[in-house]
Amino acid sequence: MTASGASLSRFIGPDGLAVAALPDFARDAAELVRLYRAMLLTRAFDEKAVALQRTGRLGTFAVSLGQEAVSVGVAAGMRAEDVFLPSFREQGGQLWRGVTPLELFLYWGGDERGSDFKGPRQDFPICIPVGSHPPHAVGVAMAFKLRREPRVAVCVLGDGATSKGDFAEAINMAGVWNAPAVFVVNNNRWAISVPLARQTAARSLAQKAVAAGIPGEQVDGNDVVAVRATVERAVERARGGGGPSLVEALTYRLGDHTTADDASRYRDDAEVSPHWAEEPVLRLRRHLTATGAWDRAREEQAIAAAAAAVNADADRYLATPAQPRETIFDFTYAAMPADLDAQRRAALGGA
Amino acid sequence: MEELNLVQAVNRALARAMADDPSVVVLGEDVGRDGGVFRATDGLWTRFGDERVIDTPLAEAAIAGVAVGMAAQGLRPVAEIQFTGFIYPPIDQLVNHASRLRTRTRGRLACPMVLRAPCGGGIHAPEHHSESPEAMLAQIPGLRVVLPSSPARAYGLLLAAIRDPDPVVFLEPTRLYRALREPVDDNGEALPLDRCFVLREGKDITLVTWGATVVETLAAAELLAGEGIAAGVIDVATLHPLDQETIVAAVRRTGRCVIAHEAPLSGGWGAEIAARLAEHAFASLLAPIQRVAGYDTVMPLPRLEAHYLPSTQRIAAAARRAMGFA
Repeated sequence: MTASGASLSRFIGPDGLAVAALPDFARDAAELVRLYRAMLLTRAFDEKAVALQRTGRLGTFAVSLGQEAVSVGVAAGMRAEDVFLPSFREQGGQLWRGVTPLELFLYWGGDERGSDFKGPRQDFPICIPVGSHPPHAVGVAMAFKLRREPRVAVCVLGDGATSKGDFAEAINMAGVWNAPAVFVVNNNRWAISVPLARQTAARSLAQKAVAAGIPGEQVDGNDVVAVRATVERAVERARGGGGPSLVEALTYRLGDHTTADDASRYRDDAEVSPHWAEEPVLRLRRHLTATGAWDRAREEQAIAAAAAAVNADADRYLATPAQPRETIFDFTYAAMPADLDAQRRAALGGA
Repeated sequence: MEELNLVQAVNRALARAMADDPSVVVLGEDVGRDGGVFRATDGLWTRFGDERVIDTPLAEAAIAGVAVGMAAQGLRPVAEIQFTGFIYPPIDQLVNHASRLRTRTRGRLACPMVLRAPCGGGIHAPEHHSESPEAMLAQIPGLRVVLPSSPARAYGLLLAAIRDPDPVVFLEPTRLYRALREPVDDNGEALPLDRCFVLREGKDITLVTWGATVVETLAAAELLAGEGIAAGVIDVATLHPLDQETIVAAVRRTGRCVIAHEAPLSGGWGAEIAARLAEHAFASLLAPIQRVAGYDTVMPLPRLEAHYLPSTQRIAAAARRAMGFA
């Protein structure tokens, strides 16, 4: 059920078969393959990141296993000139928008240069303090509106973030101001150990839009076609002056919260395993295979290509020296204040 | 030259900044048609329209958060928090986002925003309207914390804050909003940030203060002059980053120092200044550094607030203690 009472938006079911007439972009097999490859790249990145973390070569990392369709689908529904404000499990969308695996490895490896994206220069770095970034999307959107720029701010947050005041304040403000912003809740059903039922008594997260006076709808977050189509429609409505909206994408966190988490402490296999049948990569592969656009050879080639791209950037990351220590100081202010410069000189042994 | 009080000077600076730079926008609760509860934004809505003078819903965290988003896009938002008692939700946005956006993106994004709020006691305001939270803000790296102490300094420092490429918290002493007038030239000239203002020279002792307490400190200096004690007065103005050089140089000359502020004593910004003096003026000190501050208590309600605020007598007494130290 959505906030409006309509059914969940879905185009491709878990068996890979279309359950509704596909949107135009999804009738182009090449475009579907592009989405599929993006999800494979995300999964390959996650696998490599976990491997690096387990061998002490990367910091704590938030895997997106099972949620690739949300992240990729949201980014695919945006235009390059829009601004993406992701939470910390949206590497799929970041990669789609041109953040490189190298930059992501650098960031998660503890190097600030990983957030100095060479591609999407105006996209926000990931938001770690949960749900504190929806107000930023409203501010970005209001800047677009003031300058008469046909651009949209797209903020992705998790189900846990919808319990935060900042989220309620932001969607309310966006509604009052008709800000060109779209809020996407990546509902993976778990906020570390807290399941959705303990997060809210609301029947859906989309219905939180009702109180803000903005449209809210649910989409099957394991169907990348549905995510992209829904987000694209919301983004284009906002771009055209139709105002903000809230999209709840229903997916499932198949992995641990992060590499520092052990989900077996709070949920068992019986809870998790049915969701493997729903997962987005398998679903689109079934669809592509059923429509003749994909086969085993292409699959093997695509997986190898994704792994090669990720491995090459992992090697670059591992070969990248740490920044000089003075850079601790150098970006605190636009110009170095005398007071901080004294500390900088002392740290470098000069004073 | 026109005589203005402090809130009028703030108003002129905002109008000047908005007229000079179309990227300057004002947002906050009641800042539009109402012109702000203290009238700091009076007339701006009529002159610049509701796209640039934005009445917000009652949501302080989002006011600061929206300003972060605007600033990252190159606007220069000036957000108003109605009273300092309501500044605590925005501190999350200041600590976690505004102050570190430049660092965490290695300069790709920046946050040229100003968060204005009235601060301090002495106007018999309701509960939660009289606190002095500057020290907890001044410890945030990447942020500037500025407190003007006169109409002219409010005008020039606010213009500087708005033009600064980094986030600034601008705390306006409520007690001074209408307490005094002085000539203010609305010429668009900013005053320097990160610099103290030496308001009075004095060879015997240095009184260091900021914000509304500047008034009592200057009065104390006058009182001491009548007793033959030449007290200098320094208005710190920008608490962070601190102009250590000016303060240390003055205390090296006098050898004695009183630091006065309204905020609670322990961990107040006076403690930081005292530590700097202990480190960099130790050999010149002729007496222990004296601090006169609010107490480590909840800010009292209006009937007792005069007993809490550093008074001219308390500041003068601290100076006499320092002078009398053998």
